[in-house]
Amino acid sequence: MSAIGSLAIGRRERSVLLDPVITNNPIGVQVLGICSALAVTTRLDKALVMGVGVILVAAFANLAVSLVRNYTPGSIRIIVQLSIIASLVIVVDQVLKAYLYELSLELSVYVGLIITNCIVMGRAEGFAMQNPPWLAFIDGIGNGIGYALVLLAVALSRELLGAGKVFGLTVLPLAKDGGWYNPNGLMLLAPSALFIIALLIWLLRTLKPALQEKD
Amino acid sequence: MEHYLNIAIRSIFLENMALAFFLGMCSFLACSRKVETALGLGVAVVFVQLLTVPLNNLILRYLLAEGALGWIGPGLARVDLGFLSFILFIGTIAAATQVVEMAVDRYAPRLYATLGVFLPLIAVNCVILAGSLFMQERDYTFGESVVFAVGSGFGWALAIVAMAAVREKMRYSNVPAGLKGLGITFITAGLMSLAFMLFSGIQL
Repeated sequence: MSAIGSLAIGRRERSVLLDPVITNNPIGVQVLGICSALAVTTRLDKALVMGVGVILVAAFANLAVSLVRNYTPGSIRIIVQLSIIASLVIVVDQVLKAYLYELSLELSVYVGLIITNCIVMGRAEGFAMQNPPWLAFIDGIGNGIGYALVLLAVALSRELLGAGKVFGLTVLPLAKDGGWYNPNGLMLLAPSALFIIALLIWLLRTLKPALQEKD
Repeated sequence: MEHYLNIAIRSIFLENMALAFFLGMCSFLACSRKVETALGLGVAVVFVQLLTVPLNNLILRYLLAEGALGWIGPGLARVDLGFLSFILFIGTIAAATQVVEMAVDRYAPRLYATLGVFLPLIAVNCVILAGSLFMQERDYTFGESVVFAVGSGFGWALAIVAMAAVREKMRYSNVPAGLKGLGITFITAGLMSLAFMLFSGIQL
């Protein structure tokens, strides 16, 4: 491997990037970070903004944590990680407030809650503390994408079945506007997110029996 | 008085942290296998919530709000440090849980045996941070923030204890292999969340 090779996408980098997207998905397989996955998925645009926010925070938090990993005493590492993550989330929050004000009001506290999102924290503690910066950065992007994909899938089914729309554009014309589709109002309410995630986990575990729980 | 009662009822039933806002889901799912554990965690959450939300309220009011630093000099009278709330809130929470853990260990060893393991976990529990963030968003006064802290913590504790009770009974039922464990827990939580929606008409 040449010097350039260590910065390019090698086999290890590819597996670090792609594993968390499907085979080791943080939400579906490890069941981390579901608080926000459930709450921001009533509409696709909210889910997309949240997903992008988590990708950015996870990637740069991993990068920063990995850069200082050799100078961080073990006893205060959690505080160091938390303050790095919190600073990044402040940046995301301020950018949202400046350019997407309406959306930031609707996301309300959930942007701030990226700080305590177990995916970000878990990757910083579990991966970035042991690996070089470039690899950690890729790992953050991979896990962020895995998270965003599930968010988008849940949001797609909720917005489509609940309001007949995709990204705010009408796909299934509603019966009350002269179309044929009777929307399922439950999909826009809180409990439906729990059911959809349950079905997702069921599907995943039926396809991969190794993940099933014994007791 | 009625106003405070209204905040309490809202935060316990209508806007239940676990079942309406899905906050603290990680520990809600992981620590709800036994009623005893769930109760321990629930009490710890109420305790830490009651400590951190009013504390963060004071920090917000006397350090971060616009003009709060005006007493230092006229140049600082228009400084608004509100954007720093995330990092200060999480700092307060981490410090408070640490202090509580040490104090409980020293003065109430029996309580420590039951609560001890949960206290570090609680520092990164989103219910606690969300409590402070909701307090900021809704602009609660000090009194309101105390009531809200107890109410939201109690609501969460109620939900996790109920969940644990359901899961203890469910051990004897025949669940499809793929749904065992987490899957069926999600569905149960969904049904509970549906049930809690019945409260949504209540207004004092």
